[in-house]
Amino acid sequence: MRRGLYLLLPLLYLLHNDFWWWNDSFLFLGLPIGLSYHLLFCLAVSVVMWLMVRHAWPHDLQEDAMRAAAREPGRAHDEEPS
Amino acid sequence: MIIAIISIYMLSVLAVGTLSHRLFRGTGEDYFVATRTIGPFVLLMSLFGTHMTSFTLLGASAQAYTVGVGVFGLLASSSALVVPVIFFFVGTRIWALGKRHGYLTPVQFFRDRWDSSGLGLALFVVLVGFVIPYLLIGVMGGGIAINQISQGAVPEWIGALVICLVVMTYVVYGGMRGTAWVNTFQTLVFMSLAALAFVWIAYKLGGVTEGIQRVAEARPDLLVREGHVPPLKMLSYVLIPVSAGMFPHLFIHWLTARKAETFRTSVIGYPLCVGVVWICSVLIGLYGAADFPGLQGPEANSILVRMIRLHSPELLAGLLAAGVVAAIMSSLDSQVLCLSTMFTQDIVRHYALGDQMSEKRQIFLARVFVAAILGLTFVIFLVSNRSIFNLGIWCFTGFASLFPIVLAALFWKRSTRSGVLASVAVTVLLWSYFFLQGWRDPSYTVADSGLMPVTVVFAASCLALWLVSLATRPPREEVLQRFF
Repeated sequence: MRRGLYLLLPLLYLLHNDFWWWNDSFLFLGLPIGLSYHLLFCLAVSVVMWLMVRHAWPHDLQEDAMRAAAREPGRAHDEEPS
Repeated sequence: MIIAIISIYMLSVLAVGTLSHRLFRGTGEDYFVATRTIGPFVLLMSLFGTHMTSFTLLGASAQAYTVGVGVFGLLASSSALVVPVIFFFVGTRIWALGKRHGYLTPVQFFRDRWDSSGLGLALFVVLVGFVIPYLLIGVMGGGIAINQISQGAVPEWIGALVICLVVMTYVVYGGMRGTAWVNTFQTLVFMSLAALAFVWIAYKLGGVTEGIQRVAEARPDLLVREGHVPPLKMLSYVLIPVSAGMFPHLFIHWLTARKAETFRTSVIGYPLCVGVVWICSVLIGLYGAADFPGLQGPEANSILVRMIRLHSPELLAGLLAAGVVAAIMSSLDSQVLCLSTMFTQDIVRHYALGDQMSEKRQIFLARVFVAAILGLTFVIFLVSNRSIFNLGIWCFTGFASLFPIVLAALFWKRSTRSGVLASVAVTVLLWSYFFLQGWRDPSYTVADSGLMPVTVVFAASCLALWLVSLATRPPREEVLQRFF
């Protein structure tokens, strides 16, 4: 699932370059296609990112960071209380 | 009326900044990164507000007026794709390492990652060098915008001075928490006012599609990309928003998150915010092509203001002025706080005072730096040429070309300090070369092909990092263990 979602990212990049409508100005959703397509593209990116957050989130980051921070009371750049 | 609305807005900003001070804990970590307690919504708003500048409102409509619908795909939807991906893969990891090791600046992270003080210093110089023009553009844009919207009633220098003073007050007083809270307020203001201005103008024109029909009659070429956006430019422009991965002011905002999960709202919400704000600005610019044909050069930058004046009551013009100021200040505050944090932590604390520097002293020094940086920026604004506006895209090119460094820091164990230094050196050299070319001809692309110079600099930066890293001794195992 995670790898499949990652593969959607280069696909989104390819879809971003909509050269097939480069010289078209027909209206779609009341806007020129060159505009409505990219507006829908933003929505599509948000949906893909939602899927990534849901199914490919790096849960280990949170736990590792909390554990390591607890192990390092005198963290490199923290200061003693004034 | 306009001056009254701007004044009320400035007072509201100061009130929000002051309110945030009630939660101030008096520690260095609280002043610099809000004790890493920022929640999901404030993180989204502060990241979005910091990334979007006055260009989002004024520049986007001017570009749509000149270039047409292609500007949305070029500038907006490319950011909508690239920036959340960076938040997902880079931002969360930077947050985790910041939490683990207590980092407050990007330089601290890079210095530790490659165990090199010299590399930290080199990156400090380059990052600060790229942020300062960006800062200057914000102050300049603010002065010019207020002057235009008030029809000359407020001189540019007064507009710029007021912006500097207000930002200085709440950043000095509220630190990162004040900045994040004010950013949230300002982002909500400029998003809603962009939408309000668009809805009002579209209503006056008889509807969204009716407005487009008028453009189709006056300037049909603006409704297609052909002739305005070369395909190679579209392909390569996607590297420009990559710069977000190396912006030190976004880096520091990542460190403020309460936990890794806090990023989820930003990852999902960012593309939607981009879509909402940019579609309004771009459509107003397009409609302007029918109402104000023939504007050239800097005149086109005022298209949004002209459209508001033509179609809206003075109240809306005043609110728009507040929106523009909001967009400017929401970037300026983070940049200033970031620079003052870097000067305090990466120079004074690292080289001069070390651990003898108490938290109170750190906060005091950071506040002095905030005031000094804004004061210096204002002085440069007074004496500099307006052509400095062209620097904007070059700052993005520089940051984007340094992005391989943060990728290597997080994902490539074999990368070495010499590789990173080579990457920085190649970036600076090639950037300088292309900058000189672009300064002479603002529409410059590589060999007139439409290819953005950032593509060449980015590729060379990657190559230098890769080759020199492989040719030099691998990093020590004990250093790697701290990061992988």
